[in-house]
Amino acid sequence: MSPLHRPIHRFHGGVHPDDHKAASSGTPIRAMPLLPRYLVPLRQHIGTPARPVVQVGDTVLRGQMIGSAEGYVSTAVHAPTSGRVVAIEPRAVPHPSGLFDMAIVIESDGLDRAVEFQPLDWQNTDPSALRNRIRDLGLAGLGGAVFPSYIKLNPGVARQAPSPIHTLILNGAECEPWITCDDRLMRERARQVMEGARIMARMLGVKSTLIGVEDNKPEAIAALNQARLDSDLEVAGDVEVVAVPTLYPGGGGKQLAYTLTGLEVPAGGLSTDVGIQVFNVGTAYGLRQAVLGGEPLISRIVTVTGHVARPGNFEVRIGTPVSDLLEAAGGRLADACGEIVGGPMMGFDLMDLAAPVTKAVNCIIVKSPTLFPPKPLALPCIRCGACARACPVELQPFEMYWFSRAKDFGKVQGFNLFDCIECGCCSFVCPSHIPLVDYFRFAKSEIWEREREKQASDQARIRHEFKAFRLEREKQEKAEKFAKAAAENKAKTAAAPADKAEDPEAARKKAILDAALARAQKAKEEMAAAGVAPKNTDNLPPRVEREIAEIEARREKTESCQDGVRTGP
Amino acid sequence: MLTAILVMAGIGLVLGAVLGWAAIRFRVQEDPLVDKIDAILPQTQCGQCGYPGCKPYAEAIAKGEADINLCPPGGEDGIKRLAELLGVDPKPLGEGLEPKPRAVAIIDENTCIGCTLCIQACPVDAIVGAAKQMHVIIADQCTGCELCLPPCPVDCIHMDVVKEDLTTWKWRYPVHRIRQIS
Repeated sequence: MSPLHRPIHRFHGGVHPDDHKAASSGTPIRAMPLLPRYLVPLRQHIGTPARPVVQVGDTVLRGQMIGSAEGYVSTAVHAPTSGRVVAIEPRAVPHPSGLFDMAIVIESDGLDRAVEFQPLDWQNTDPSALRNRIRDLGLAGLGGAVFPSYIKLNPGVARQAPSPIHTLILNGAECEPWITCDDRLMRERARQVMEGARIMARMLGVKSTLIGVEDNKPEAIAALNQARLDSDLEVAGDVEVVAVPTLYPGGGGKQLAYTLTGLEVPAGGLSTDVGIQVFNVGTAYGLRQAVLGGEPLISRIVTVTGHVARPGNFEVRIGTPVSDLLEAAGGRLADACGEIVGGPMMGFDLMDLAAPVTKAVNCIIVKSPTLFPPKPLALPCIRCGACARACPVELQPFEMYWFSRAKDFGKVQGFNLFDCIECGCCSFVCPSHIPLVDYFRFAKSEIWEREREKQASDQARIRHEFKAFRLEREKQEKAEKFAKAAAENKAKTAAAPADKAEDPEAARKKAILDAALARAQKAKEEMAAAGVAPKNTDNLPPRVEREIAEIEARREKTESCQDGVRTGP
Repeated sequence: MLTAILVMAGIGLVLGAVLGWAAIRFRVQEDPLVDKIDAILPQTQCGQCGYPGCKPYAEAIAKGEADINLCPPGGEDGIKRLAELLGVDPKPLGEGLEPKPRAVAIIDENTCIGCTLCIQACPVDAIVGAAKQMHVIIADQCTGCELCLPPCPVDCIHMDVVKEDLTTWKWRYPVHRIRQIS
């Protein structure tokens, strides 16, 4: 289908917040100076945290794997520069809780020596080996969900019925206000993004690749279109750059898939259920660097904007403390009042400036009272339904709000709480300024907690019942064993005489034994008749007699001691 | 008139026979109430309620022998759910019982002499070890019942309160002031 005729589908709801993108989109991506210290958290992706493969004191090179993937849903982490591992300990991480998490602290040696990067021969490599390499190069979705990319690039799964993957969508919509990192990436590195898209398309074996970009980024669309024509990489099917209307949250994976294809993901499902795989453009760039350059994911583009001296986009090494990043952007201006990680709609307040940039961090917004005025006090819900009209998932946020507030979690789930993408449209339009999404996040995490507790208690019940069963079984087994042994004994004694009569050898031995006993008895009688008592202490050599005396003395002594103890106070 | 009475009596007999047969054929062996109560109890098997495990306590509640407020690990929430199930009023936790934060037992490996007494005491078989071998607690299976503490002859087991981490962290209940309208 020609790009001009591709129908665009409009999803339900959505809002138009002020985009503030001009603040940071005007300047090219800047590099960061080498820092003396980097903190690389082990949990930067969804799933199991990476397992550290270096020890404190080890010397590492840039791009060296310092944490390996642990389990299936996991991916590796790498050293952002050369230097020494000085600590592996809990450190501040960018997380709404402000809790610490395990991180590897690397002190830079200033040389920035790198390991040798081996480009992958991706066209001739076995797909599963290629996927493992991608996992070991630490690739995770850079759009915010940080799901390990190698899992999504599984061609076996991609071709599986009932929904083989037919369309690859690259998400360059970047619908959140303030953020411009994908915009700058597409403008400046469109060729690499396009190459990444083609590698993905080939790995998944899809015919159609769509790159969705919101129409407020004409430069990015032009650059991608140019790159599409320029790129000489072998094409698997066609790549199409599609301008989508600017409407928040048009960059949500399912929303973008609907906008571009008209296919709606069923409740509780994934876009793969309708044969669509979605990747962020940054991930495509990262994949291109990994496959064609052999480079692990050790940096990403981050927007620094808001109340800073020189807002813009930076190529930031993973592990860079946010404080250093803000410094590179000219520092916070006077009366700055906190930072947001991510965008203003879905992001969270950063608790600690020492926290590093991770694979998930796409934007740091410095707040000021003018840019982010304090939220007005909430009024009671007036049931106007504005939130339901704005909801892109067609939920009823006001119903979910009441039940979340009342902690009636069963009812909230009945209103499909888990299809909520937490985009914040409902809170944005609420005339009563109720922080609706906060309630939904609260309800979700309470439900997850209960689910965990229920699983734990079910397991404890099973284990307890099994223990009771095991004890009972052991008791029975013991009783059976005793009964069996007793029966055997009885049978033996009963069978014994017959045995002996039958066995000539036993009879012979018994005869010898009887004769010996008779002789001893006779000797005893003779001695008694002669008036001699049997004694084996006569005619001993003096050495033995001395020994006996010593032992007797010792025995007397200990006995008296014990008596003393016993009778003592 | 007589026919009508006979027909009605006949229908009554047939239906009665069906009901009687169904009562025997589809008889529920176990008291479902016990299972329902047991599902609410936290399955720590700690015996703080005075019964040797959660199931016996559930049976005692079902028979009306035990009160619903004797389970500290279940907490206020557990009492509320029991009260809802049984149609009674919730009440505060029984006297002398106090809810504790969730904890797991940890064996000090340097002190453990391998006596197996804790293994025998553990209600959920969460301790691994053999005679004269060091014992280890499987933290994921430990219910924090503390039943392994008293039998240990060398006092090498202590309870560690489970700390919140990124995987167990929960979003807090939103607290926002609602503007007063006079």
